[in-house]
Amino acid sequence: MSAIAGTPPKSFAVTPKLDAQGEPMGELLEVSMGPHHPSTHGVFRMDVVLDGEEVVKLKPVFGYLHRNHEKIGENISYLGTMPYTDRLDYFCSMTNNWGYALTIEKLAGLGVPERAEYIRVIMAELTRLQNHTCLIGFFMQDMGALGTPMMYAFREREKILDLFESVSGARMMCNYMRFGGVRVDVNDAWLAQARKVAGEYGSFLDEFEKFLTANEILLARTQFVGVLPKDLAVNASITGPMLRASGVNYDLRKVDKYGIYSRFDFRVPVGEHGDIYDRYMVRVLEMRESIKILQQALRDIPAGPVMDPKAKLRGFRPKPGEVYGRVEGPKGELGFYVISDGSPNPYRYRVRPPSFINLTTLEDMCLGHKISDTVVILGSVDIVLGEVDR
Amino acid sequence: METLEQIKARLEAVLPMTKLDILSNECPAGDRSLLVHAASGFAVAKFLRDDPLLKLDYCSNVTGIDWPEATIKTKVKKKVAVAGVEKEIEETIETLRSGHLEVVYHLYSMELKHGPVVLRLRTENRTDNTQLPSLTPLWRGAEFQEREVYDLYGVIFEGHPDLRRILMWDNFEGFPMRRDYVAPDDFEYEPTPHDEVLAEAKKHYPVEPKSEVKP
Amino acid sequence: MIEEGLKSELQKQGVYVTTLEDLYNWGRANSVWPLTFGLACCAIEMIAASMSRFDLARFGAEVFRPSPRQADLMIVAGTVTKKMAPLVVRLFNQMPEPKYVIAMGACAISGGPFKQGYNVLKGIDRYLPVDVSIPGCPPRPEALIHAIMTLQEKILAQKLTGPDRPRHLNADVPGEYPVPAYGEHDLEPPMNPEVWHPPAIKR
Repeated sequence: MSAIAGTPPKSFAVTPKLDAQGEPMGELLEVSMGPHHPSTHGVFRMDVVLDGEEVVKLKPVFGYLHRNHEKIGENISYLGTMPYTDRLDYFCSMTNNWGYALTIEKLAGLGVPERAEYIRVIMAELTRLQNHTCLIGFFMQDMGALGTPMMYAFREREKILDLFESVSGARMMCNYMRFGGVRVDVNDAWLAQARKVAGEYGSFLDEFEKFLTANEILLARTQFVGVLPKDLAVNASITGPMLRASGVNYDLRKVDKYGIYSRFDFRVPVGEHGDIYDRYMVRVLEMRESIKILQQALRDIPAGPVMDPKAKLRGFRPKPGEVYGRVEGPKGELGFYVISDGSPNPYRYRVRPPSFINLTTLEDMCLGHKISDTVVILGSVDIVLGEVDR
Repeated sequence: METLEQIKARLEAVLPMTKLDILSNECPAGDRSLLVHAASGFAVAKFLRDDPLLKLDYCSNVTGIDWPEATIKTKVKKKVAVAGVEKEIEETIETLRSGHLEVVYHLYSMELKHGPVVLRLRTENRTDNTQLPSLTPLWRGAEFQEREVYDLYGVIFEGHPDLRRILMWDNFEGFPMRRDYVAPDDFEYEPTPHDEVLAEAKKHYPVEPKSEVKP
Repeated sequence: MIEEGLKSELQKQGVYVTTLEDLYNWGRANSVWPLTFGLACCAIEMIAASMSRFDLARFGAEVFRPSPRQADLMIVAGTVTKKMAPLVVRLFNQMPEPKYVIAMGACAISGGPFKQGYNVLKGIDRYLPVDVSIPGCPPRPEALIHAIMTLQEKILAQKLTGPDRPRHLNADVPGEYPVPAYGEHDLEPPMNPEVWHPPAIKR
């Protein structure tokens, strides 16, 4: 396993195992784990070269969902791109919306009322809960527990999607944040329902963990598999739970303190070994911290407007300039780089996709493991093809 | 973290042959960027990564931008004597910006938790001289992003371990994200077209036979 | 044809009378096995439709088969890009007859919100015969259930003899569709004229 910062990457020539006389034992087999496969991560292809069952080379191939999101962003107005950001990481539409709204607010110098900030935090933490829950469901499905953990995960996800639907009208593609606030206000009935969901989530996590955390099959398949060393993780621009599982304490909610995250009391779980089990545990602990943040936000949310009354939504033309805004999405650092030239459309609109960059070290993590481990390692990286390909 | 002027001064002291510029950013909340000449790009980036005060070990974002040839009009106020009275008039100066491609790197530090330092590299032109040094040997995270800039804009990164197309298929010709790319014509069926799409869709409409009615 | 009164009388005695066509179609319609073919966001709503709240298993779509050789129905859920289109057609060719296609979501029907782009195929019906289309972005899981029910009605109404008989009983109709190849800017051919007949709109 591989390159620490500064050393050149290994060469791409591979040879099979040699026997006592120095002759190669057998041949190498090249398998294209093609874009259509039973693991539920979308149209992602891995070209693996196998020596028996061991992986000696792995090349990820994507682009099967490249929907030219950035080109559309250049031809459409600023607000018109907001529904397209929903479809980037289609699990976490609220966080994508917040990242984009934050960037444009930075560009145009807009302020956000306090109630809207609390609502944004509540939506983002609900998104984090349902993303991590579904990820654990998919990850167990890839490991062979066909269906049942996913059923539990989706049952809880439906409760959160009901909350999203009652406030924004859509289950997944919410299109809820606006530059300078959120689109509609939440009423007391919604807040009461949200408190109920946040209160019950802890006991659901206890039930989920009872089945999974000490499960011997999970432990055998994930401990010391797919290890990502700390130096490589930082050098490869890995962010999110994958980075924190490798031992680096870098969470944008604590580093950048965007929004009003500095008001909440929560901890950042950091792993030790950087293997798949650490990533799973980091996500479970992050869910518990999210519940804490949710309960604090739901308790402290003030009354007030949710949108600046003087904000101009039609004919929005920010002054020329460029800005880079980033948020801590459930998968990692989601960044937006926007260059404005004074016209109603951006000059350049770029999305910094966490899943795309987290795939950089997939080969390093999979080398030396069996082919069945590659699927589980891919599951722990947590990719969404809408974001990888944009 | 130090200001860009201090970083520039230290860079010029350590690497005397570099050409550096600090570009302003009209947006007040945005960051100013450091424009580096392509030949010294790698050395500057290595300094920024290894320097103990900066330790920019995290390359967050690599963006490609296409700047086609354009005339930039800037308004300048000038004092001119008109019939003996000094007046201030506004004059428009036109400068020709030659076309080039640009790559922007946003660098942060995970160890010291500061940043960003925005690094810009520009190519000579958009046609034949589009080479830039690759910063992948320094930050492995730039590997896929530089491949994407190559795929969509056509910037050739020298020193990249595996430069090939990443999002489009392998025998695709052309660089789709450039401003002058023409998308293939598949506008045969457009139920409700308007603006540019209407212009394209009209090419597929059946030609109406001209009637022979004479007034 | 046996009239209904006689049928119900016989049923009370425990004798069921039907035609071979009805029996054949009833068996096929109530056990449609989909292929796990989610491309993008609509795939998540497809998975949610098969989970415990909306439960597609009640309609016979119990097992989502990963292999095309064992599936009857391909639910194209999500945007079909030009890079992916040859693979979609190839998978469809690998499915054994009788096979059906549901185009789920605006992207699979016509390109959807990403229509104006250099890599997006404007609808999978350019290459494959689509049986049911579900509009929406993404369509709710109930809409997918409605589409499965519509497909079931379509199968139940199929006649097994005559010119409208389904593809697997008709030796003249091709069962395999030509796979497009990657060209320099676009797929070659950009559409299949035998399959795609866009309506001419009078303006």
